[in-house]
Amino acid sequence: MATTVATDWEMVVGLEVHTELATATKLFCACPNAFGDPPNTNVCPVCLGLPGSLPVLNRQAVELAMRVGLALHCRVEPSIFHRKNYFYPDMPKDYQVSQYDEPINVGGWLELPDGSRVGITRAHMEEDTGKSTHVGGEGGRISGADHSLVDYNRAGVPLVEIVSEPDIRSSEQAKAYVNELRAILVAIGASDARMEEGSLRIDANISMRPVGSAALGTRAEIKNLNSVRSLGRAVEYEARRQVALLEAGEVVVQETRHWNEDDGRTSSMRSKEEAYDYRYFPEPDLVALAPPAEWLGRVRAGLPALPAERRSALLAAAGLDASGAWAAATVVQLGLDDLVLSAIGAGADGRLALNRAANELAGGPAPDPAAFAKVLRMEGDGQLTATQAKAVLAQMVASGGDPEDIARVKGFEALAGDVVAEAVDAAIAGAPEEWGRYVGGEAKLAGFFVGKVMAATKGKADGKAVTALLQDRRSSPPPATV
Amino acid sequence: MALISREDVAHVARLARLDVGEDELDRFAEQLGAVLEQAADVAALDTAGVPPTAHPFPLVNVLREDVPGASLDRDEVLAMAPAAEDGRFRVPRILGEAP
Amino acid sequence: MGAVEIARDVRAGARTARDVVEEHLAAIADREDELHAFNLVLADEARAAADDVDRRVAAGDDPGPLAGVPVALKDNLCTRGIPTTCSSRILEGWRPPYDATVVTRLREAGAVIVGKTNLDEFAMGSSTENSAFGPTRNPHDPTRVPGGSSGGSAAAVAAGFASLALGSDTGGSIRQPAALCGVVGVKPTYGLVSRYGLVAFASSLDQVGPLASTVADAALALEVLAGHDPADSTSIPRPAPSLVAGLDGGVEGLRVGILRELTDGIDADVAARLAEAAAALEAAGAKVDEASLPTVSLGLSAYYLIATAEASSNLARYDGVRYGLRVDGDDITAMYGSTRAAGFGPEVKRRIMLGTYALSAGYYDAYYGQAQRVRTLIIRDFEAAYAAYDLLLAPTSPSTAFALGAKTADPLAMYRVDVCTIPSNLAGHPAVSVPYGSGKDGMPVGVQLLAPALGEATMLRAAAVLERSAR
Repeated sequence: MATTVATDWEMVVGLEVHTELATATKLFCACPNAFGDPPNTNVCPVCLGLPGSLPVLNRQAVELAMRVGLALHCRVEPSIFHRKNYFYPDMPKDYQVSQYDEPINVGGWLELPDGSRVGITRAHMEEDTGKSTHVGGEGGRISGADHSLVDYNRAGVPLVEIVSEPDIRSSEQAKAYVNELRAILVAIGASDARMEEGSLRIDANISMRPVGSAALGTRAEIKNLNSVRSLGRAVEYEARRQVALLEAGEVVVQETRHWNEDDGRTSSMRSKEEAYDYRYFPEPDLVALAPPAEWLGRVRAGLPALPAERRSALLAAAGLDASGAWAAATVVQLGLDDLVLSAIGAGADGRLALNRAANELAGGPAPDPAAFAKVLRMEGDGQLTATQAKAVLAQMVASGGDPEDIARVKGFEALAGDVVAEAVDAAIAGAPEEWGRYVGGEAKLAGFFVGKVMAATKGKADGKAVTALLQDRRSSPPPATV
Repeated sequence: MALISREDVAHVARLARLDVGEDELDRFAEQLGAVLEQAADVAALDTAGVPPTAHPFPLVNVLREDVPGASLDRDEVLAMAPAAEDGRFRVPRILGEAP
Repeated sequence: MGAVEIARDVRAGARTARDVVEEHLAAIADREDELHAFNLVLADEARAAADDVDRRVAAGDDPGPLAGVPVALKDNLCTRGIPTTCSSRILEGWRPPYDATVVTRLREAGAVIVGKTNLDEFAMGSSTENSAFGPTRNPHDPTRVPGGSSGGSAAAVAAGFASLALGSDTGGSIRQPAALCGVVGVKPTYGLVSRYGLVAFASSLDQVGPLASTVADAALALEVLAGHDPADSTSIPRPAPSLVAGLDGGVEGLRVGILRELTDGIDADVAARLAEAAAALEAAGAKVDEASLPTVSLGLSAYYLIATAEASSNLARYDGVRYGLRVDGDDITAMYGSTRAAGFGPEVKRRIMLGTYALSAGYYDAYYGQAQRVRTLIIRDFEAAYAAYDLLLAPTSPSTAFALGAKTADPLAMYRVDVCTIPSNLAGHPAVSVPYGSGKDGMPVGVQLLAPALGEATMLRAAAVLERSAR
């Protein structure tokens, strides 16, 4: 697949996605794992790194990490924790407890809605850091700040870091990967995956290579990607930047770069600090993790159907190919699979069921399945026009009710076919000059007549039926006189 | 040749966030060199095929239930801090993003 | 009077805990200025705790197995609301918001905490001279060191300031000062006693244990301290062992090996006492001969790589952000550097530097990784030895207590003091130091019994035999 930047360069992207696990407590202590509480209220000796405190691993965090691994088709393996040593004020112990060379999940893949697969290198557990606020600088930025303030509520919140293979070849695919991953994380109950609350964060590794080359170019790692949109923009920007360097005969420096949302650029994070040396070593305060087969089996059995499987099931039931992929993906995201499947089971048209569910039901609680099926049937039978069916659905989402009652209250009784035909004939009779031009081949005048008919029937005529009647009259003209 | 140079000492001191004076660099180099010389017996040993021991009493799957417990009182927490502001720990300006 | 007798009398109402604590406070008032065993004496708290014990006895309640027993805590054990310094400037004034598990267990057993004892800063040292608050002196001869790092705890028991004391032992820090001060010191099996609330030096080596006047007192204390703690992931999930009941069981038929590699280069006095101890065990019915563990000679190097590596990480958190000392700087990195330079003493800095180096890129495999493999070899050697022996016998320290200042200029000479005690920490096995006579200098000599993991009951039974024969 070609990059969108230049035809002779190929983009190679791997993503590291950090997601906070939806546990009740932190990874190593019983403090609440909660977002938005007053600063430094969910802290204890363990997550503050007080002298003498010791970590104890949260069983539910392990279980959710296993769910993530299984949903990404990883092998769940015996694992240990390491200490990653570096000084930073948001890290209470000045080391992060993280899995390193023996992670819990290794070697999986994720299938995107377009059928492409992205390899998963690993999905490992680690603890989150606290949060710093920068005071006295411009717009809360770190550079130029006078001092900083640290809140440790987030310190020790369980994370899973999902590392992809460098299999991604476009910014669209990168975005699709994150969207699909989020859908999976939410579906399996592992995380709420809310990027706006920082519970899902993305780092992107990007390099460029000549099309046809198998070797990997020098990569840059982009941090601070706080939305899927930022990811797409940053990947595009970085690809252009690297191509410009390479085409000018310069080299890409392997480094970490910071995405600045405001000016739409990445910039080097290199500081005067020397290179980090994390001095990883096995965390002596924790013991090995080796989930027994019985536990793993229970987690596997408890996994819900994943988005890819649910999309396939919807498309199969609807009898559609990839042309229904977007609607199926949306229905899965909205969790309306059962509604759509039951409507199709009750005889509704598959494409109609998917499209109406994907487009009309995002705003509120799902309607009663029988009522939904009934609307689709009424639309399919021509009792309701598309516009009317959408209005009925909107009313059902807003306040429930039976579709026939809603249609009646709204005055949506479908017009009998002969009434429509009469209105069409009247319109033709009322505009002989335009009709002549239409018959003469000026096809766009169809709209003129549809409008006349709609006006005459107060919008109750089915547009498609009117168009069909116009075509019918053109090929076999009505009597010349009325 | 000394096992650890002045430059090594300076590098390690930066990693460990310990300000070390010029006069101390030589002393540390000499003392650390002496310990590393003693440790040469371990460094030189052929340990092919010997697994490392990280825990003297190996346990596995030590887990706690995901049940919230009491957190500390914030006033008590911030009373320990050298500097606090606005419910948070106050620190001097930070030079760069977290790695 | 020992802890066993005090608890027995207080529980029976024969003596009041208040009387007991006043006696000990009087001893402290008498000699503490000279010895400096304590960083903090908790006289008022001790009196209040003793009165509470007495009230419970008067009300017909049983305050517990250590009712009214005065206990001194090494000042690296967290005590809620009470300063816990690790004898370091960097923690001066810090009051933990929680109690260590062992402290809770002592309180629940009716013990009366009399103070926090001096130590080598962060337990790094073998003489208690590395304290930021000045050295502790040996009660048997105040010109000499008490050993370390639990030197304050050993001196407190030896001087009658407390009936029991808690120490921590990472490479011999309970046993060596016990030997130098003429008291009993037990390093339990790794994981037998909770580390929650023990300020970490080297997490895979540290253990909390008792120092006491007698083996029976140590056994009683260990019964209270031991047992599973869910707050410590490395705590062995078993109930506390029964130790006191079997103490008089003797050593008939036990196989004891004298650890040859640890008798090389020790002082003649120490060697003589060790031979007498071996003879006493034989006379009591044990089969004693010489055992060899070829790899234990590598223990000292492996220990200094592992312990310092873990310490370099454990001590990173003293950075001036959340608690303890801060020396201001223009930016955070400057603040870190100046705080840590001002807050840590020279030995702690030396070990942080060594450990950082041992873990750093390019050196991990040669130093830390290699030391962890040597650790495996030492454990295998012990396993082979314990196929042939129930217990091993060794000196605790190569010499009796040395003069203050004798080894402070030569870190390596100080490190070698721990050569006999380190192997048990690397293996995670229990060991006990028992006083066994004295040298020509009149200073106490200790001998050490080593046992396989969870072999405390047998080990203390043999220690009791040695104790009786030494009298």
